Amino acid sequence: MIGGLFIYNHKGEVLISRVYRDDIGRNAVDAFRVNVIHARQQVRSPVTNIARTSFFHVKRSNIWLAAVTKQNVNAAMVFEFLYKMCDVMTAYFGKISEENIKNNFVLIYELLDEILDFGYPQNSETGALKTFITQQGIKGQTKEEQSQITSQVTGQIGWRREGIKYRRNELFLDVLESVNLLMSPQGQVLSAHVSGRVVMKSYLSGMPECKFGMNDKIVIDKQGKGAASDDAGKSSGKQSIAIDDCTFHQCVRLSKFDSERSISFIPPDGEYELMRYRTTKDIILPFRVIPLVREVGRTKLEVKVVIKSNFKPSLLAQKIEVRIPTPLNTSGVQVICMKGKAKYKASENAIVWKIKRMAGMKESQISAEIELLPTNDKKKWARPPISMNFEVPFAPSGLKVRYLKVFESKLNYSDHDVIKWVRYIGRSGIYETRC
Amino acid sequence: MTDSKYFTTTKKGEIFELKAELNSDKKEKKKEAVKKVIASMTVGKDVSALFPDVVNCMQTDNLELKKLVYLYLMNYAKSQPDMAIMAVNTFVKDCEDPNPLIRALAVRTMGCIRVDKITEYLCEPLRKCLKDEDPYVRKTAAVCVAKLHDINAQLVEDQGFLDTLKDLISDSNPMVVANAVAALSEIAESHPNSNLLDLNPQTINKLLTALNECTEWGQIFILDCLANYTPRDDRESQSICERVTPRLSHANSAVVLSAVKVLMKFMEMLPKDLDYYGTLLKKLAPPLVTLLSAEPELQYVALRNINLIVQRRPEILKHEMKVFFVKYNDPIYVKLEKLDIMIRLASQANIAQVLAELKEYATEVDVDFVRKAVRAIGRCAIKVEQSAERCVSTLLDLIQTKVNYVVQEAIVVIKDIFRKYPNKYESVIATLCENLDSLDEPEARAAMIWIVGEYAERIDNADELLESFLEGFHDESTQVQLQLLTAIVKLFLKKPTETQELVQQVLSLATQDSDNPDLRDRGYIYWRLLSTDPVAAKEVVLAEKPLISEETDLIEPTLLEELICHIGTLASVYHKPPSAFVEGSRGVQHKRLPGSAGSGESVESPDTGSAAGVSEAPPAVIPSQGDLLEDLLNLDLTPPTTTGPPPPASSGMQMGAMDLLGGGLDSLMGDESEPPPIPLRTDTPQSPQLPHQSPSPPDYSPTEVGPGDHAGLVKLGGDLGGGPAMGTGFGAPPAAMPASFNVPVSGGLDDLFDLGGGVGMPMGVFNPPKTVWLPAMKAKGLEISGTFVRRAGVIQMEMTLTNKAMSVMTDFAIQFNRNSFGLAPAGPLQVLTPLSPNQSIEAALPLSTVGPVMKMEPLNNLQVAVKNNIDVFYFSCQYPISMLFAEDGKMERQVFLATWKDIPNDNESQFQIKDCHLNSDAASNKLQGSNIFTIAKRTVEGQDMLYQSMKLTNGIWVLAELRVQAGNPNYTISLKCRAPEVSQCVFQNYEMVLKN
Repeated sequence: MIGGLFIYNHKGEVLISRVYRDDIGRNAVDAFRVNVIHARQQVRSPVTNIARTSFFHVKRSNIWLAAVTKQNVNAAMVFEFLYKMCDVMTAYFGKISEENIKNNFVLIYELLDEILDFGYPQNSETGALKTFITQQGIKGQTKEEQSQITSQVTGQIGWRREGIKYRRNELFLDVLESVNLLMSPQGQVLSAHVSGRVVMKSYLSGMPECKFGMNDKIVIDKQGKGAASDDAGKSSGKQSIAIDDCTFHQCVRLSKFDSERSISFIPPDGEYELMRYRTTKDIILPFRVIPLVREVGRTKLEVKVVIKSNFKPSLLAQKIEVRIPTPLNTSGVQVICMKGKAKYKASENAIVWKIKRMAGMKESQISAEIELLPTNDKKKWARPPISMNFEVPFAPSGLKVRYLKVFESKLNYSDHDVIKWVRYIGRSGIYETRC
Repeated sequence: MTDSKYFTTTKKGEIFELKAELNSDKKEKKKEAVKKVIASMTVGKDVSALFPDVVNCMQTDNLELKKLVYLYLMNYAKSQPDMAIMAVNTFVKDCEDPNPLIRALAVRTMGCIRVDKITEYLCEPLRKCLKDEDPYVRKTAAVCVAKLHDINAQLVEDQGFLDTLKDLISDSNPMVVANAVAALSEIAESHPNSNLLDLNPQTINKLLTALNECTEWGQIFILDCLANYTPRDDRESQSICERVTPRLSHANSAVVLSAVKVLMKFMEMLPKDLDYYGTLLKKLAPPLVTLLSAEPELQYVALRNINLIVQRRPEILKHEMKVFFVKYNDPIYVKLEKLDIMIRLASQANIAQVLAELKEYATEVDVDFVRKAVRAIGRCAIKVEQSAERCVSTLLDLIQTKVNYVVQEAIVVIKDIFRKYPNKYESVIATLCENLDSLDEPEARAAMIWIVGEYAERIDNADELLESFLEGFHDESTQVQLQLLTAIVKLFLKKPTETQELVQQVLSLATQDSDNPDLRDRGYIYWRLLSTDPVAAKEVVLAEKPLISEETDLIEPTLLEELICHIGTLASVYHKPPSAFVEGSRGVQHKRLPGSAGSGESVESPDTGSAAGVSEAPPAVIPSQGDLLEDLLNLDLTPPTTTGPPPPASSGMQMGAMDLLGGGLDSLMGDESEPPPIPLRTDTPQSPQLPHQSPSPPDYSPTEVGPGDHAGLVKLGGDLGGGPAMGTGFGAPPAAMPASFNVPVSGGLDDLFDLGGGVGMPMGVFNPPKTVWLPAMKAKGLEISGTFVRRAGVIQMEMTLTNKAMSVMTDFAIQFNRNSFGLAPAGPLQVLTPLSPNQSIEAALPLSTVGPVMKMEPLNNLQVAVKNNIDVFYFSCQYPISMLFAEDGKMERQVFLATWKDIPNDNESQFQIKDCHLNSDAASNKLQGSNIFTIAKRTVEGQDMLYQSMKLTNGIWVLAELRVQAGNPNYTISLKCRAPEVSQCVFQNYEMVLKN
């Protein structure tokens, strides 16, 4: 298991050092600094083996977190734990920075003592942790409160405490998707997928039992079969989407999903990620990029890029940005664009074209002349792909929320009393067209 | 909330000041001071001098302060054991506190203090806490047992904590169960043979129930533990799989990977025609793909694991090629891994897409990545024949870019393509030759030279090209020198008229002006060859080369099986067994996949333990010795793992080759042989590496060592055997070798047994005395003598290593060739200290019988390769077959009778044991020592009949009837076995045991 956990600043100075196992000594702290943080070469692996000691590291801004072990540990678990550790710290004191870590080092030690015992990760849900790791001492806790804490930390529903009360029961669902594309210069889709998340903010009283439904093809087809009418099956089939795979927050009963494909759970209080999913079929690609690059002699490039929006004219895409890479030996650029603003950014080796808003089924174009300095460099310019950023108010996968039902049998509010909000946001992930 | 100020106090006299503050009356001041102490501790300052003062602050009702003091204690208690006792009272008191959080805190901290006196006091509170009413305390106590075990294992056993821990598996709280499982798994790891984690269907059921309810981390502990279980049959296997599959949808990647591990392992037991098997295969793909959208570090772990899964079960991801396409801003470690998997998944169906991608990658920035992409194009050509032409043209395009390292890499792979498809793409040679000047890496130069030599007849100015390399011959690396030598000889044989001068030049450069033994010896061989018999030379040097294989750098199957059992762990990230990077006994156990459906059960029960039913070593499927040549060529001993490729073999032909290359030749030549005309010297024996190294990289290309060239060499041994100029020893077959090293190599059993006179073990166990296996003369001064012993079920190879050379020897490693009973080292060879000249060292190597199997001749022959800092050496030895007789080899009478009848009479063999003067009881006792069990004795007409049974480690039963007549020194023995091949060995063993 994890033998020790160290946090360093960008210079390699130790900010936190907690050793869990006898086989990890102080010299391990230095070994990581010398061999990884101060290494001349770029980091070639997130796992490093130095003298039979393995170091796992992740970096958050300029802070290094390293877990150390001498055993054959579960590597995936160690990384998951390091990410979790970052989440917990962020939930307690905000951004992970040198200053915040120094300011909260006592708290961090207290957390590390609680969530990692002898190197074994323990309950690390912030909801539960915040009930008893408070930096305020434990004065005033009654016996009932204490046993409530311990049963929550160890219990089946470790992510929610009892006795939550809201005057207004309300929940917000955000369907956040990132659409990824890699397109050939000829307009052929090399790969496209949507990775989506359903984020829920719940402000519900008691221990509500929730059931979430979406237009999952498997579920719809099942119901379609049940319905007598063939037409119904067809029409619903059109609207349903094939989900390649999905993963759920630990509150969701996985065995129930596996057998009935129904998503039921008791939600944590506040904001959390209910599920993640991935689709590859019938994706709505909100934009199409058509590049045209022509080399005129050895000192000039002509670039023309057309973008076309491909969604309902009534919808508006926002924060559109097209990034056209330029060669390293660019000496000057002239740009003409029909819409928005375009600028050559020498430091980023790219022309950045920004458009604030664009409606569906529209088209826009930019053309640029790039002057090049003659070089002796034999190596050809690698022509990185043209990338795009945008935000659209729909889900490119076609996912729709059908319902989210809330049942709380002990309290006197029903599904109808809960105010529910749903929002869809589609963002560009890695949206690239080769040129 | 500005604790950062504690980091900045660096003035002198600080300790003194802190001392005063710690003893202050004001609580706040105390707390401030402790914080300062902890901050100093964090940055590495020694604040142990404050020990008593800090411990004084422990008695407090302020929990935050208490935790800080505990933190301090955990760090310094070990250096101040006497003062640490001061803390015991507080701990014991806290363990009784009404607040469960404080009870847990106390027991948690106490377990982290590694001071004997404190651990003694820990036992009572721990016992109480294990049965505490609060689950939070119990889950903490469960882990504490593992802590205590790490400090004092005996104490944990004596106090009966293990049983309490086992009880916690049935606890009502899922987290307690999970922590108990984690603690037990860890303790079980250091007791490989204990039945501590007694996994049976009932406990498995409890674990599966807890799996649905506990935290994500708990689920990982439970899944990892489940993976160690072997279900009884395919039905149980399926039902566990069904309950584990829902975990594939968990948001935590580690839960997913651990579930994949369980499924991959248990799937082995499912019959392939089962519907569920197909369903399961389909269910595995999506979660694996989803792992690729995790954070990059996790992606890396996932990709390393997918690499293994793809090798074991390519069908799972064969349609998912696209997800492994590299993204422009992936971190480099993700890119390289994706590329690896892309090549493994490349097939005719997707090759066009793959090639288009690879071409893109070849224009990227990162040099390593670009090189790998270029190599990948070459591998595609070799793997998918239909794509070869496109690959070649892509490579030519890349050569046109003139980017130096791209060109070099392309030339290296084109050479492999030529090997795979001879006489097909030679039209590109002209283009390649244009780039001759830009090649500055040895590998690329060697590849280019190989091409020029191989196709000398089609390149008009081949002689000029090669001559240009010759100018700087001495500055070239060995790889290039060797290749240049061979290429020029090839050229000479093809165009003898114009190139005589050139060949003279290179031969003299290689033989007279070089200090490199490999180069010199190869030079001499060519020289001799050319001057004696040019026709034979042509046959040898220009021999047709066998085709190279498609799949390269696959992980060796037994290692792959083991790594599959370690999915998700570090072993799967490093692609090394845990024993390669974990110290001590932990993790040295080799995990294996369960046998497939239907065959697993027959191993145990004697009535079905026939040769055909045994899953591990059914004689019928033992691979033939023909594979040996390939093994020999793939030999790579560099990593000291226990499951590497096997060492070479001893059948006549290979022996010839081996001796020719290894030290054998030198010893035959005597010590003081002169430089030419007898062109071999003993002071610089060659390495057993094959001389014609093809110029490809060892870690990558399909032709690690040119198999074709080697075939030529084998021939060389035969052809030149009678050559008059070769000296007496040169062509002599191994049988003619001096007796001293004849014994271990090809010697009959007699020699071995003759040497084994007189010594017997007191308990009646017969262990042959050590014999010399590897004489110093053959191994550059390393002498190895050894023997085999079996003690309490463990087979050991006991060796004495003696250094008879002048220099220190280090870095020992050992490997076995595949052998009849799958003997393999169970751990690395433990020679930890360097071996100085004239020093001997004893090494005992425990053996397992789970290695790869291949039938040997004789059956008990074992071929061994030993490596040290100097070289790799080979020898073979024979082990007494009684090493393999299991302790549970006593058959039931009834079963014996039935089996005896059941085995056809054709399988019976009779032998005579002469000159044995024991009575039947004494014989029986003696044999029992070697696990040959007498089941019944019958006396008929003054003749004692002993019915005996023994069981080999691979489950083969041998039944024997031994007839002893009073006064007659000759015994008769009849052996019956379903695998009659073993009878001869067993008989010899009888003879050996009875006569000693």
